[in-house]
Amino acid sequence: MKDDFQTSSPIYLQLADRIQRRILRQELTPGEKLPSVREMAVASNVNPNTVQRTYSELERMGIVETRRGQGTFITQDESRLEQLREDLRQQQIRTFVQAMGEMGFSPQEILSGLKEYLIEQEEGGNNRDSV
Amino acid sequence: MIRFEQVTKKYLTKTALEGIDLELPQGEIIGVIGENGSGKSTLLKLIAGLVRPSKGRVLVDEEPSHRRIARKVAYLSELETYYPFFTVQQTVDFYETQFADFNRERAREMMDFMQLDPQAKVKNLSKGNRGRVKLVVTLARDAPYILMDEPLSGLDPIVRNSIIKGLISFVDLEKQTVVITTHEINEVEALLDRVVAIRNGKIVKVVELDELRLNEGVSLVEWMTSIYSDNANQSKEA
Repeated sequence: MKDDFQTSSPIYLQLADRIQRRILRQELTPGEKLPSVREMAVASNVNPNTVQRTYSELERMGIVETRRGQGTFITQDESRLEQLREDLRQQQIRTFVQAMGEMGFSPQEILSGLKEYLIEQEEGGNNRDSV
Repeated sequence: MIRFEQVTKKYLTKTALEGIDLELPQGEIIGVIGENGSGKSTLLKLIAGLVRPSKGRVLVDEEPSHRRIARKVAYLSELETYYPFFTVQQTVDFYETQFADFNRERAREMMDFMQLDPQAKVKNLSKGNRGRVKLVVTLARDAPYILMDEPLSGLDPIVRNSIIKGLISFVDLEKQTVVITTHEINEVEALLDRVVAIRNGKIVKVVELDELRLNEGVSLVEWMTSIYSDNANQSKEA
């Protein structure tokens, strides 16, 4: 299937984001080799230069490392990956809280709403009406 | 690098391109976009040395473009340019005799990838498969510049997708530069590094797409719509 990217934000960052999520979900594990630039380009239907930029960005962040002649690997630095997990968690919470704040919800309302929602989810409903 | 210096091209009384200054960097996939008759194909033909500028110069690696530039430039024509009585394999063999940089092994891999039957007669192929044959003979060359004039036009979505995948799979951007004219902006959006927008024979803008997305938060289609409407307003005021 074709991966669709949003065309209004940089594709290399969206691809970096997807790879980070796969690391957090442990679909990609520390030390694992990423597909070659070309393989990744073909799989995601994007320009190989875009993939190269994605890998460079992830390398700059210390999430992957490129070994000359061997390819690009997820870092084995577990503390860096733990940090990534925490960063993305904070980032998502910030985005959510900010959006709720813009709609005028108080911290109490945000907390109670979130709790209710999570409880409903846990009880097996895919009921999203409460959001 | 490809460079246009103050290039004007007229066909008899009709001006196809006017006062073009342009530099196309190496190692990128560059889209030339614009309406029918905007001068896209002429721009490509000037690079390929198939037509000569009326004024100015077109340089490919600092060499003025002329017919012999074909040894550096692989050109995929908008028109159908095969011999109908050839089989797919004979077409490939023919191209191999014409170009010293023809990579027979890559041609074979591409035929496999595109699921083309080498023994099929070209005239009996579907339009989509003829489009695929054109891609094979163009990309099988180790030419530093690949020019493709409307490679997706008139083809169904499955064929368009396989041509895009074929391009991504077989082009080597460390050694090659691709210039592609197209209408199918949505489909090539994720493929392009840079876009040259042309209107009425003039360059409206040249933009690097990830810069555009990062700095302005718009897609290529949104950007096109906005620059073309600005441009239309300006020409009304003028």
